[in-house]
This record gives sequence, structure tokens and C-alpha cells, in this order.
Amino acid sequence: MESCRLSATELACRRGDRVLFRGLTLALGGGEACQIAGANGIGKSSLMRLLAGLGEPFAGTIARDGEVGLIDERPALDPHLPLGRALAFWERFDGRAAEAVGRLGLAALAEVPVRFLSTGQKKRAALARLIAQAAPIWLLDEPLNGLDTDAVALVETIVAEHCAAGGLAVVASHQAIALPGAQRIALRDYAA
Amino acid sequence: MTGRRLLALLRRDLALLLLGGRRGGAMLPLLFFVAVAMLFPFAVGPDAPLLARTGGGVIWVAALLAAILPLDRLVEPDLELGMFDQWALRGLAEEWVIAIRVVAHWLSFGPPLMLAALPASALLGIAAETLRTVELGLLVGTPGLAAIGVMVAALTAGLRGGAALAGLLVVPLAVPLLVFGAGSLAPGGETGLALTAAVSLVLLAIAPFAGGAAVRAARG
Repeated sequence: MESCRLSATELACRRGDRVLFRGLTLALGGGEACQIAGANGIGKSSLMRLLAGLGEPFAGTIARDGEVGLIDERPALDPHLPLGRALAFWERFDGRAAEAVGRLGLAALAEVPVRFLSTGQKKRAALARLIAQAAPIWLLDEPLNGLDTDAVALVETIVAEHCAAGGLAVVASHQAIALPGAQRIALRDYAA
Repeated sequence: MTGRRLLALLRRDLALLLLGGRRGGAMLPLLFFVAVAMLFPFAVGPDAPLLARTGGGVIWVAALLAAILPLDRLVEPDLELGMFDQWALRGLAEEWVIAIRVVAHWLSFGPPLMLAALPASALLGIAAETLRTVELGLLVGTPGLAAIGVMVAALTAGLRGGAALAGLLVVPLAVPLLVFGAGSLAPGGETGLALTAAVSLVLLAIAPFAGGAAVRAARG
């Protein structure tokens, strides 16, 4: 995997007229992982969007080296299409087959329209899309929502494999997730 | 790489917008167009010369109304689904996405409208010579309508009451197209076609940039 890097310096984030957090600094290189923990509404998702470059920070700078893959609460799959065809769009777009479909237990769901899938199944589908994107930087916003215990273990394994292959991962979750050797940032410590 | 991505986008857009597509129902604007053309003679009475004289203009107004119908499904659903975020992460500029959508939107209503203009002109009693000008006008004018439509759809995406606002915004923007397009039907008005085409080209050139900026602003 190509080399990658993600760093943020003295980051502050504002939502409306409220500053959610300030002074946040983090630096990750290839093979490293980080968990962002914190209660609902503390700014985990906002931080992920800033790190992804989808928003402008209120203060501070972000440096990125490598393509970003993001999972958030929206799976970005056409709801009316059968899962297989919805994923096929991203396969064509990214030029790579979503080979993780079988491993994620989605093979039997290929004919089921995305809108009929459960929360956990949509999360798995988003993971299949993420893996096929082959981006070195993974930003996972609440990746465990709706997943059963087996799937949680699978996500932990997949993230560990990604880091072992030289990628980096930032996981925002209020749930416990086992990421060996991961930094842990409690967003509460930076609350403004 | 960009070529492959744009092809994938176009394929998806067409599947969504064309006949039978989820967001299209390109059939609906078409039926609406014919229905307007059909209603007009009922409204003004069976005065054949009057109908023939005003019929071309009616077709243009009906085309404008038909182009407004699918506006709320052109951009907003993809913002809500997070598609635009995923495209941005992959380094695809919003301008490309909007440009492709203009093409797909035009294909979904432009050519079908030109076909539907045939039965509509029969209903209005338009002469064959005038029909030729109407068809040429639609050919060069509907791309401009498509550009306005996608641009306005991007501007109003995510706004409350966006659908109604979109219709309201399209009408004044479409005035030049309508003036020149319908004006080309007047005796000696053939230069109107060239002006319609010019307005269309300008709109097509602006649309990707205006629409792309609007999408980025809507993402917040």
C-alpha cells in the first residue's frame, strides 16, 4: 500500500455558534490506528468530516497524504437497487471488484434492495465498498452501529489487517473496539 | 481514470433518470407535456388559425413546465445519500458530477420531448414548416433548459420548500430561451434559433461551475 499520513494541529471545530472542541492535535502514519471516544454530540462526526476534508476547521490545520475512505451513517448506496447492483456502481467507479462481499456475509443479499437491509447489513455493505476503494486512510464514523458481536470482531480484524498492510485508521466510536496499539483520544479532554 | 469514473456516473444517472428509472419517470413530464398541449385548444376554443399561430409558443411553455417537473430529484437525493461526499473523497470534482447530470437530464427529457412535439403539433394544428422550426428550436433550446434545471436543483438542494423554490427560480432564468425559441417561430424569425443556441451554450458552460459551487455550499 502507498505510504500515508494524517495529522491535525491545534484543531478547533465550530457548529453553529458553538465551539465543540479546540486544541486537538494528532498525528498518524502508515500502520497506526486511533480511536476517538466521546459521548453523543461531542463532535466525533464533525471531527471525522474535518479529517476527511469535507469541512473547514474553525481553527488549526490538517495535513493528509493519501486517499481517504470514509464510512459514516449514510451507506451511499442507492436505496431502491438490489445490493449487488448498488455495489456494482462503486465497483465500476473505483475499478475494483468488492471481493469482501462474501467475507462480510453479504453474498446472499445481492438481490435484496438496499432499503430493506438492516442497519448492520448496510454497515457491512459500506465496509465492502470501503475495502474495494483501497484507500490508505480509513475514517470510520461509528462503524459498529447495528453490528452483532461476530461482525464487531470481523471489523476489528479488518481494521487490524488494513493497518498491518501499511494503512492508517481513525475510528470514532462510543462503543469499545479492540484496536491493538491504537492511540485513544477522548474528545471530552478538548471540549471548549 | 477520470474517464472510467465519468462513464460509471453517466450510466448510473441514466438508469435513474431515463424511462422507468427510479427518479425519472421520464414518462411523467412527457405525458404532462402532451396534456398541456391537449388542454390548450379546450381553453382557447376551436379557432384553428389562432391555434396554429400560438401553438408553437404553447409547445415551448409546455416544454419549460415539463423540464421543471423532475427538479427536486436531480441533486438532493445524492446529497442525502452521501454520494457527493464519497465522490469528493475520491477526488472527483463536483463540476464533473454536475456536467454529467446535465447530460443525463437532457437525454431524459430533450429527445422524448422532441418526439412528443409531433402529436402535440397535430393537436394544435401547427403547419409542417412551423413544426420543423419548433423541432430545431427544441433541439438547441432544451440543453439550455437542462442546464438551468440542474443548476437550480443544486442551488435549492437541502432547502426547505426547495421544490417550489426551484420552479420559481427556473422561470425567469428560462426567459431568454423562451423569447428566442418561440420568437424563431414568427415570420422571418429564423435568427432566433441561432440566439437560442447561443443562450444554451452559455448556460451549458456556466452550469457545471455554478452547480458544483452550490453542492459544495450545501454540504456545509
